Amino acid sequence: MTIQTPTADNELLGKAVATRKISRLERFLGPDNYRILLGLLKTPASITGTILITFFVLLALAAPILAPPLNPNDPYKIPRDGFRAQPQPMGTEWRSRPPELPFWWKAVTGKDEWVHIFGTAQGQYDIYYGVIWGARTAFKTGLIVVFTTLLLGIVVGSTSAFYGGWVDNVLMRIVDILYVLPSLMATLILAAVLTPVIGRSLLPAMIALIAFGWMSYARIIRGDILSVRERDYVMAARVIGVKDSRILFRHILPNAIFPTLVLASLDIGTVTISFAALSFLGIGTEVGYADWGQILAFARNWITSLDTYWYIIAWPAITLVLFVMSWNLVGDALRDVLDPRLRGKI
Amino acid sequence: MTTYIIRRLLLVPLLLFGVSVLIFGMLQFLQPIERAALYTRDVPKNDNMIPGIIKRYCLDCPMYVQYWNWLVGTKNPISGAREGGILFGDFGWSKTTSQPVIKLIERRFPNTLDLTIWAVIPVIIPGIWLGVQAAVHHNGVIDQVARIFSIVGTSVPIFVFGLLALLFFYANLQWFPPGRLSDTYSQVISSSQFNHYTSLLTIDALLNGRFDVFLDALRHMILPILTLSYISWATFVRVTRGSMLETLRQEYVVTARAKGLPERNVIYQHARPNAMLPVVTLAGVQVVGLLAGVIITETVFDYPGIGSAAAQASAQLDVITVLGLAMFNGLILIVANLVVDVLYAVVDPRVRLA
Repeated sequence: MTIQTPTADNELLGKAVATRKISRLERFLGPDNYRILLGLLKTPASITGTILITFFVLLALAAPILAPPLNPNDPYKIPRDGFRAQPQPMGTEWRSRPPELPFWWKAVTGKDEWVHIFGTAQGQYDIYYGVIWGARTAFKTGLIVVFTTLLLGIVVGSTSAFYGGWVDNVLMRIVDILYVLPSLMATLILAAVLTPVIGRSLLPAMIALIAFGWMSYARIIRGDILSVRERDYVMAARVIGVKDSRILFRHILPNAIFPTLVLASLDIGTVTISFAALSFLGIGTEVGYADWGQILAFARNWITSLDTYWYIIAWPAITLVLFVMSWNLVGDALRDVLDPRLRGKI
Repeated sequence: MTTYIIRRLLLVPLLLFGVSVLIFGMLQFLQPIERAALYTRDVPKNDNMIPGIIKRYCLDCPMYVQYWNWLVGTKNPISGAREGGILFGDFGWSKTTSQPVIKLIERRFPNTLDLTIWAVIPVIIPGIWLGVQAAVHHNGVIDQVARIFSIVGTSVPIFVFGLLALLFFYANLQWFPPGRLSDTYSQVISSSQFNHYTSLLTIDALLNGRFDVFLDALRHMILPILTLSYISWATFVRVTRGSMLETLRQEYVVTARAKGLPERNVIYQHARPNAMLPVVTLAGVQVVGLLAGVIITETVFDYPGIGSAAAQASAQLDVITVLGLAMFNGLILIVANLVVDVLYAVVDPRVRLA
């Protein structure tokens, strides 16, 4: 006996239900993630953003090749070429103790000497080196700060929403109190208090940014959970007797936090600005640490002659602005994709 | 509305308590002897005297005793005078500026207030205008320009914009110098003929009839105001545009159009007032933020306000001064936010009539 495959005519069904081809990629990613991917590659702005982010990731990864460190054990220290105060123009040759010559340099320029590509700042800090390794600092601080604040926000926000009552009241009043001081003021004072205690490093500024950064996530998560909690499927789960913890972790949280997760990752741009602002004000890392705010701070002592020393501002500023803008561009596109009011229109 | 306002008022003592505990908590990171600067200016260098000082100001007492002392001060056993006590306006001794913190605030805060007054209109109005236009011409040229502007605007940090402004308008063109006043005019205002009625420089200059001083003061404030405005335009455009688009989709707007009102009326009389509600909140937050001393702008332009004072003190790790300034800022912000929230209740009919 042969097995017969059903030959029912699906034409009518096909007409009733609009079918479309589902690509392998979409099947692999799932419809929600696929929509996000499409959103990222849809407009010129979002494509620019995605390309820029990729570029910065590569830049950060290739830092040791692009700008070999003087001391491989301490690569975040910007190498100095002497100690003179006067900044040196772009393309000046290294005088004393140049770091290892990158292998591509001779191939590209045909020269044997390593130069200060972007010039030097006061104290002969090499600007090019600072800009390249600053990308690593930006990713490092941005990722750690955003991830930790988000985690804190999720814990506080979901505790608050799930328990409600006085727990909710106490937690939300703490949020109110932490919101009184403007965020830069708050992070500035906490970083200034912590620096003498734990020493100059990335830590004081990062801890301060985390301590005063989680409140907005907590509020958003709390609001989202409160609204998801009222959905029918949660009620259905409750009716069939699912445990509270399972309802929270399996039904409510995944539906409530997904948009926040994506949007939070884009706060890396904002965190980078705040961090750069703190180091611009001279808080946190020691002088000569490779980070963009620090190089910009070098320009402050040369304000009257900035038209001569414009390169101290120009290069770190362009890099910082492009970095932040790439996250904003992608964020703008994603906000449209994730906005439930616009769902189905994109 | 009364219940709303009463509720809001009840929040004030809580916020005051919370912020004071927060600041007090940060003070605990200091060594006990360093906290002596809260009460007295002469902290001895001699090691033998340290235990005496700690005992006298009760710097290793239980937290609640220290907190109380910090609030109301302690009595000097010899002269009987009060020492310290933030409730009486004594925020301690500022080591790096060699004066009581409250004196520093008295000198710096009027400058910040002066800047705030002049910055309010440029900070708020253009952004709202652009936002409304962008929403009315949705997806049109103005909308695209506004969108690009708001993305680029939020991507350029204040200090980068400030440095670029200095590069062009000061180093290159020599138009707008940083600082508060030119040297010649600084001598004018410190002379005895110049009366300080309000300690707001621009207003005093006008009251003294010194129009040249007024113009010079204004010339020094243009770049800070420009910097403050540009950064808030981006935010205002985004919020106003979003709110306006939302409102234009409402049914009463369709009704207004359907009954044949001219588009001008529909937009400016029916839609815009309702779209302004979130913008009013934002405006409140922004202006209150200016009042708290705009740390980076004041620092970049070397403007002697309360924000740059906080930045200088924290760069020098002068914790007592920084926390004193922060406490003062907290007080101002709590009061100012209360005012904003009450005004908001008056503006929003949904709250007013509730």
